[in-house]
Amino acid sequence: MLQNKYDVVVVGGGPAGSMAAWEVAKRGVSVCMLEKDRDIGYPVRCGEAAGESGLRQFVEIQDNWIAEKITSAKLVSPNFTAVDVNFASETGYILNRRIFDYDLSKYAANAGAEVYTKAYVKNVLTKNGQTNGVVLDYLGEEKQIQAKIVIGADGLTSRVGRWAGLKTQVRMKDMESAVQYSVANVDIEPNKMIMYVGMNHAPGGYVWVFPKGKKFANIGIGISGKYSKHKSAQKYLDEFMKREYPDAAILTTMCGGVPCAKPMEKPVANGIMLVGDAAHQINPMTGGGIVAGMKGGWIAGQVAAKAIQNNDYSENGLIDYPKRMRKDFGKNHERFYKIKEATEKLTNDELNSIAEKVLSIPHSQRTLTSVFKAAVFKKPTLIIDVLKVFAGV
Amino acid sequence: MINIRANRCDYCGACVSVCPVDCIEVRESSIEIEHAICIDCDLCVEICPIEVLEVHAAE
Repeated sequence: MLQNKYDVVVVGGGPAGSMAAWEVAKRGVSVCMLEKDRDIGYPVRCGEAAGESGLRQFVEIQDNWIAEKITSAKLVSPNFTAVDVNFASETGYILNRRIFDYDLSKYAANAGAEVYTKAYVKNVLTKNGQTNGVVLDYLGEEKQIQAKIVIGADGLTSRVGRWAGLKTQVRMKDMESAVQYSVANVDIEPNKMIMYVGMNHAPGGYVWVFPKGKKFANIGIGISGKYSKHKSAQKYLDEFMKREYPDAAILTTMCGGVPCAKPMEKPVANGIMLVGDAAHQINPMTGGGIVAGMKGGWIAGQVAAKAIQNNDYSENGLIDYPKRMRKDFGKNHERFYKIKEATEKLTNDELNSIAEKVLSIPHSQRTLTSVFKAAVFKKPTLIIDVLKVFAGV
Repeated sequence: MINIRANRCDYCGACVSVCPVDCIEVRESSIEIEHAICIDCDLCVEICPIEVLEVHAAE
């Protein structure tokens, strides 16, 4: 039963939240995780792509999490020049987030975390400049929970951080407006992800086609908030579907925003930590955030447990979290952000000529490394770097 | 004033994330704008991937 006091409260039951709750619970510290929806893992708002090596850092990968193994990618330039690239050493996955997220929450619960769904947090409690709990609606009643540390894993809205005084709002140019269809009755080559780049396909983003088993796929688009004013992401996607997959049956429509921003400088303050999308722990080039969010939750959970044991949950007591994040992930994050900014300036013509250059490499020799070497003469490219990053090379 | 076509909404929260004044409340299956706080910047309209929000000309 929901208590009115825990050492740690985690707001949000996605992968970042579950990892945080799991790490805290493992260390014998009392923790509860509050999910606003009626289910963990549903609705899914994600392309569901993640690298094998990234996931393996935290968990043993279960067969039923995997909808499709990805071993190659096809990149399509604005003039439809298609470039196939094999992944040399790395494997990617298209996950079943519905099962995956659910299992992570079970791991947390089995370690001792309490998990509650339909628990909507609507404010934080503060005392003397220290966040010390949350206010929530749970089963039709308003409740308060006291906590020494609140971990905001509340996704892109990141209101927990905002209420606690952290600057979590994302600039429009750094926000991707995204929509995805899960579709059936499509003929798609297995084990291959397809991405379309360029202003005509997806300004400031890309269209993805991620196979999820026979005749089934996630097909989605992200466009930069810089360009979404006059034409919505869904309009772009509908044009794409009509042209490329006119016979597809759209089973689900899901949408979302993806904060492709610089890493948040300080996702902590007195008594509060942010993880996952809430802390913009997303590869700003690919919009991929599963592994990054898990890393954030994993480190934050460890630091939170230690802070409780040390009886110091001030900002100072939590500062190891951003420090470790920066060391582990932050440098790459900043590099990817710079590449994103550079590649966004590439014109359709430049993207086409890069695609043609890459095509001149024989297919058998076209690995991520050889492609990268060929393209690097031009300039860093969206195509190459998206691939590299997706493959985790 | 922002008008919500609520029956189109997927409750994803993209609008909440760009709102400079935190006037939008999205729950599991509801969306509300606190119009008294809203400054009509229209960023939520721009970011919404599926055109749930629209600018409603003042009467």
